[in-house]
Amino acid sequence: MTRFLRTFFVGGLIAYRGLFNWIRPAMYIPTMLGGPLFQLIFFTKLGEFAHAESRDFYIVGNATQACAMASVYGMTMAIANERWFGTLGPLLASPANRAAVFLGRGVPVLANGLLVSAFTYLAGVVLLGFRPPLSSVPALAAIVVVTTISCTAFGMLLGSTSLRAKDFFFAANLAYFLMLLLCGVNIPLGDLPGALAAVGRCLPLTHGIAAAREVAAGASLTDVSGLVGTELAIAAGYAAAAYAVFRILERESRRSAVLDTY
Amino acid sequence: MTGLRVVRAGFVMNLKMLATSSFFLVTSTLQPVIFATIAFYMFRAGGQGGTLLYAALGAGMMGVWSTTLYGSGGMIQWQRWQGTLELSAGSPHPLALVYLPFTLANALTGAYALVATLLWGRLLFGVPLHLVHPFQFAVAVPVAILSLGLMGLLLASTFILYRYANALSNLLEYPVWIASGLVFSTSILPVWTRPISWLLPPYWGILAIRHAALGGSAWGPIVAALALGAAYGLLSTVTFGIFERLARDQATLSLT
Repeated sequence: MTRFLRTFFVGGLIAYRGLFNWIRPAMYIPTMLGGPLFQLIFFTKLGEFAHAESRDFYIVGNATQACAMASVYGMTMAIANERWFGTLGPLLASPANRAAVFLGRGVPVLANGLLVSAFTYLAGVVLLGFRPPLSSVPALAAIVVVTTISCTAFGMLLGSTSLRAKDFFFAANLAYFLMLLLCGVNIPLGDLPGALAAVGRCLPLTHGIAAAREVAAGASLTDVSGLVGTELAIAAGYAAAAYAVFRILERESRRSAVLDTY
Repeated sequence: MTGLRVVRAGFVMNLKMLATSSFFLVTSTLQPVIFATIAFYMFRAGGQGGTLLYAALGAGMMGVWSTTLYGSGGMIQWQRWQGTLELSAGSPHPLALVYLPFTLANALTGAYALVATLLWGRLLFGVPLHLVHPFQFAVAVPVAILSLGLMGLLLASTFILYRYANALSNLLEYPVWIASGLVFSTSILPVWTRPISWLLPPYWGILAIRHAALGGSAWGPIVAALALGAAYGLLSTVTFGIFERLARDQATLSLT
């Protein structure tokens, strides 16, 4: 058990620091903080110009979605770079518990996602006049935690596929932009065609954002427990799928000797 | 004559490289189409269906800027990774001339975005492609792309000194979309941002394209975009010289 926990926490942290190469301040500040900040301003101003939804709709949507920047890219890189840097072979040759190796990498990603989302919410308060009821802040924080978990699980799945895929950034970029369109970040799901809305409902973020909007408007955490539960179930589904894909691709890569090939 | 050959060879070479890059496929076609779709739905929700062409043009220009920006940052960074930056710096031609065709190719690749968003809008949202001044439109588009390319050249020169050029690219995408008013009017921004907008070629570029497509004279913005582009181009020849010398002095040219 001690070994499992050590691999989970210490191994996860070391792997994250080594593989998530956007962690340097010169890279982190412009990308992880500057990007979401200006995205928030852009969509809020676009919404204002289009007279589509209220200002808070865009602030909550984009500030919650900001965690995806950290979760999707962070988790993808924390797995995919193992192959890119040529360390995947030694890692898979080790006897370490795969679940500890794999899931441990999600903890720093989760912490980073929360930080990015919190920063974007704060920017909404300071720059755009977002004023949720103070009593809603703990519930809002809890929803952001759940949403970040589901985005991290989604990032795990993308990262796992990169054990074989040639260009993992292509998938990560595409997934990130599609989430902007399909998850109700800037467009209510009801405005999308049925098929697209159905895809959105199967993705992380969607239910979390819907819950966050209700809470910011005064609802309690109990009122949105269904949405939060669905978001958690989606997270569990993606995490299980990611672990299964990781193990299958690991076995197949060993069998066909393509671990480090591109 | 040799200079023209450098421009031609660099332009063709970079176009071929961009054509095989999946990252640029996302940046120049998929991303603009996704942003255009978001903008279409937002304009529709606000009951502004008549402005869908406005959104399509703006989303296309967003793609031109993204491609120019990532291309400008990327060309220095990729040359660092490939170990060819020193070779370019060591060639007898001024560095600005070596990179001019690269940045022009980036901007031209970005033009896919404009085509993609207009087609997407036409086919899926029924956006009418009726242009009020077709001739002015035909002049405004290449001028806007050229001026963005020259702005990209200036950015590329600063990236020689900065080891994390791609981070700066990540940061600068949205601010230029915002300050240039590509999909919304800059009149909703604070007044202090106006001078920043005036200094950006995309601001005049989209104004020219919008006037040509939707009504109003495009010639004023076309001249402004051309003048700003020329100024950025000239400035980049100076900054390339300064930053290249500094990077050589500090031996940071190839540091990744």
